Amino acid sequence: MEQRTPLYQAHLRAGAKMVNFGGWDMPVNYGSQIDEHHAVRRDAGMFDVSHMCIVDLEGSDTREFLHVLVANYIGKLKQPGKALYSCMLNPDGGVIDDLILYYMRDGWFRLVVNAATAEKDLAWMHQQAQSFTALEIKRRSDLGMIAVQGPNARQKVIQALRGFTVKDEDERLSSLGRFFGQDMEKMFVARTGYTGEDGFEIAVGGEQCEFVWKLLLDEGVTPCGLGARDTLRLEAGMNLYGSDMDESTTPLESGLEWTVGWEPVSRQFIGRSALEAQRETGTTRKLVGLVLLERGVLRSQQKVLCQQHGAGRITSGSFSPTLSKSIALARVPSSVGINEHCKVEIRDKQSSAKVVKYPFVKGGKSCL
Amino acid sequence: MSEIPSELRYTKSHEWVRSMEDGHLEIGISDHAQEMLGDMVYVELPEVGATVNTGDDCAVVESVKAASDVYAPISGEIVEVNSMLSEAPETINSDPYGEGWLFRLQPVDDNEVDELLDAEGYSEVVEAEN
Repeated sequence: MEQRTPLYQAHLRAGAKMVNFGGWDMPVNYGSQIDEHHAVRRDAGMFDVSHMCIVDLEGSDTREFLHVLVANYIGKLKQPGKALYSCMLNPDGGVIDDLILYYMRDGWFRLVVNAATAEKDLAWMHQQAQSFTALEIKRRSDLGMIAVQGPNARQKVIQALRGFTVKDEDERLSSLGRFFGQDMEKMFVARTGYTGEDGFEIAVGGEQCEFVWKLLLDEGVTPCGLGARDTLRLEAGMNLYGSDMDESTTPLESGLEWTVGWEPVSRQFIGRSALEAQRETGTTRKLVGLVLLERGVLRSQQKVLCQQHGAGRITSGSFSPTLSKSIALARVPSSVGINEHCKVEIRDKQSSAKVVKYPFVKGGKSCL
Repeated sequence: MSEIPSELRYTKSHEWVRSMEDGHLEIGISDHAQEMLGDMVYVELPEVGATVNTGDDCAVVESVKAASDVYAPISGEIVEVNSMLSEAPETINSDPYGEGWLFRLQPVDDNEVDELLDAEGYSEVVEAEN
């Protein structure tokens, strides 16, 4: 039996098609996945992301613990509320999970990790926490989460939540900076997301989730399923854990070198020496974007033939509703250059594709 | 609940078959199938003149979500394909039993169509999946 979020009944009432995702019964769409995709690029859409796991780390050892636990450097976070994207690595430099963390205040960091990896992540955190005494790891199963994304998302959230916010909270929402989160009386709101659009992610008590969802619905925010979430994040060039990277790949092979906090050199995070060795010798494979030049659809696991460089494989592929063509992320030999052409094996045919930089879409517009 | 017109015949793999006045058979995918696959974005059709045997994979429909093979419900020769679908694959979603037809074939054996499921039989297949 799959787990259900606090919004399960709301999804059924909205006519959602439900699928199993990482052990959770989640909406894949409410009718048309493409319409939902466009709603986010052009207006505002909302996603139930309650399946994602919120973990609070508290205590005076939290900072020291995170210096070891994650590859990015939390010392970059000077202002309370600031968010940071990072990988959590094993000693070989393989990615255990990718996560976002918020510096709430001294002695309190909030982490959001993937649903399918939550148990593994928590076990790993507890194992690494053994030498830290002033540290508590709290799984916040009491919270649900709604991501509202799109050019009109912030304005609609602020409007919808008048009455739910107290005192000056609507002003605080208006002035919340990009990649910042803020704890409020009845919710936690962050200006983050997984679509490439501006917007908020709102964490509220499970019992309040449906009420907030309804307020947003009344404000004209379009419910969107995991289908649209996947095409949106792919267009935005954001990796999906388990598809674009996992424990057998390092951040350097996954287009995530920018998330590795090399400085200060004295910080011994888990996986550091493996990454340094790889940086020294150079990686043999890397993640690139592909655009299909013919008709068809690129899909995960299709083989990519890169002329003299050798072969690679698609890690995520789909049809891009914004570009009306097929796009993909692929792991290919490091020598492959941008704008080179390659062939992708689609069923019994070889179709031409071009290697491109990603993101594919930014601010609702094509980057191609 | 998806639509299952009573005048058509069906397969367990969700194709429908319409007997036309000229003796040809028109083939498409059911309302249930298009609903399960979601927004269509690409269609690969057989070549006119090709011969197919019952159960051959002879077309592919791809939604944003997944690619799905379409099987020949009946043995025969392909006489026409719905080339309009390459520009507007979403027609399969909006009109699966009409404008969204995939191909037409000349059956080898005119009686083979009688062996396919009727609407009632097919609705049992759909129900068993839900």
